[in-house]
Amino acid sequence: MQQIVNFIIRNKTFLLFLLLFTISIFFTIQSHSYHKSKFVNSANFLSGTIYKSSNNISQYFNLKKQNEILIQENLRLNEFLYKTKDSSSVSVIDSSKFSIPFRFTPAKIIKNSYSLSNNVLLIDKGRKDSLVQDFGVINSNGIIGIVDNVSRKYATVISVLNTSINISAKLKKTNHFGSLTWDSKSHDFIQLIDIPKIAPVEIGDTIVTSGRSTIFPKGIQIGVVNDFKLDAAENYYIINLKLFNDMTNIEHVYVIENKDAEEINNLLNTTNE
Amino acid sequence: MNSIISINVVRFLVLVLVQILILNHINFLGYINPYIYILFIILFPIKNSRTLFIFLSFLLGLTIDLFSDSGGVHAAACVTIAYIRPVVLKFCFGMVYEHQAVKFSHVEFGAKALYIAILTLIHHLILFSLEIFNFSKIILTLQKTLFSSVFTILLCVLITIIFSKNSK
Repeated sequence: MQQIVNFIIRNKTFLLFLLLFTISIFFTIQSHSYHKSKFVNSANFLSGTIYKSSNNISQYFNLKKQNEILIQENLRLNEFLYKTKDSSSVSVIDSSKFSIPFRFTPAKIIKNSYSLSNNVLLIDKGRKDSLVQDFGVINSNGIIGIVDNVSRKYATVISVLNTSINISAKLKKTNHFGSLTWDSKSHDFIQLIDIPKIAPVEIGDTIVTSGRSTIFPKGIQIGVVNDFKLDAAENYYIINLKLFNDMTNIEHVYVIENKDAEEINNLLNTTNE
Repeated sequence: MNSIISINVVRFLVLVLVQILILNHINFLGYINPYIYILFIILFPIKNSRTLFIFLSFLLGLTIDLFSDSGGVHAAACVTIAYIRPVVLKFCFGMVYEHQAVKFSHVEFGAKALYIAILTLIHHLILFSLEIFNFSKIILTLQKTLFSSVFTILLCVLITIIFSKNSK
């Protein structure tokens, strides 16, 4: 016993280092798996307040650009309103189109990030605005990400520029679907994998969400096909998508709640058992 | 003694704020960011207890992680350089360190630059290996480490020159 105590006292620096290093590695591994970063995230009072006050200043530098984006969105919504006859050909995000089950909450991004390999955003809406995990986040140009951790006033969003993201998406013109991933190389491009070889993919095709998960409604635009190739087994395409969104400059977003999500998930769970 | 504590507390807070509010958003050429908050570890007084030092470094890293949603990568890199700092100090300053008489405002410029460079390189290597967390992207890891290190070392040396007391 004496020897053990002596050993601990002699090597206390090394043991402390080892303990703290292990804790850090544990947090790191957690942050690399989807929806696991519970302890260390920026959805808390301290970082939320600091980012919010810094955003209050920095948003003025961006006002002009954000106004243009909002005008563009208004323009498209107006066009959609006056040309409802061919509504099926216009892809506009409008809560009246997805009639009942979706509820939209406007939010503002107060911390953006796009240069890491696991990018996480922070928005200024939280539990008091009835946000919970797994809500989708979009803006007028397309998808942004998925809500991860929620505190009272803030929430973190896993950006589409995150290596752990996995969103179901399909070709707009046919129903062939695959899943979105990111190779962390460029913030303009993400990858769509598992599209079967038989699908008629062409450069310039639009990719939209498939509506197969409960997170995003069907038909929200994501990007256009930039180039594509077959994977190693030559059965599926790996498609390089150019995002409609400029992820380096996003501010106003909408959080989508699928009111039927619980019911659908319950149903799927009972079927699986 | 009190002034040392207050200087370090202020340094901790200022470096964290500068890092998260300004330097994390530079993204020079898309991905190059300087991480000058490690100046806290580099300039921490030598005579203090090592356990306290390692713990404070962990706290510093964890604070940065909290703000940048990066899990524990900064914390891991920080505790490592805090733990190996005595070795680096001995390597760079030799006898002066052994007599416990190193004052960062008095040592020669070359030795100080080397000391900053070694700690920065180690910190960045651990940081980016853990952040990317993928052996198949080792080229990307090394590339990020190299470019960000150059940026960090330049800024750190500049800051130590600007803020050093003119006691010649």
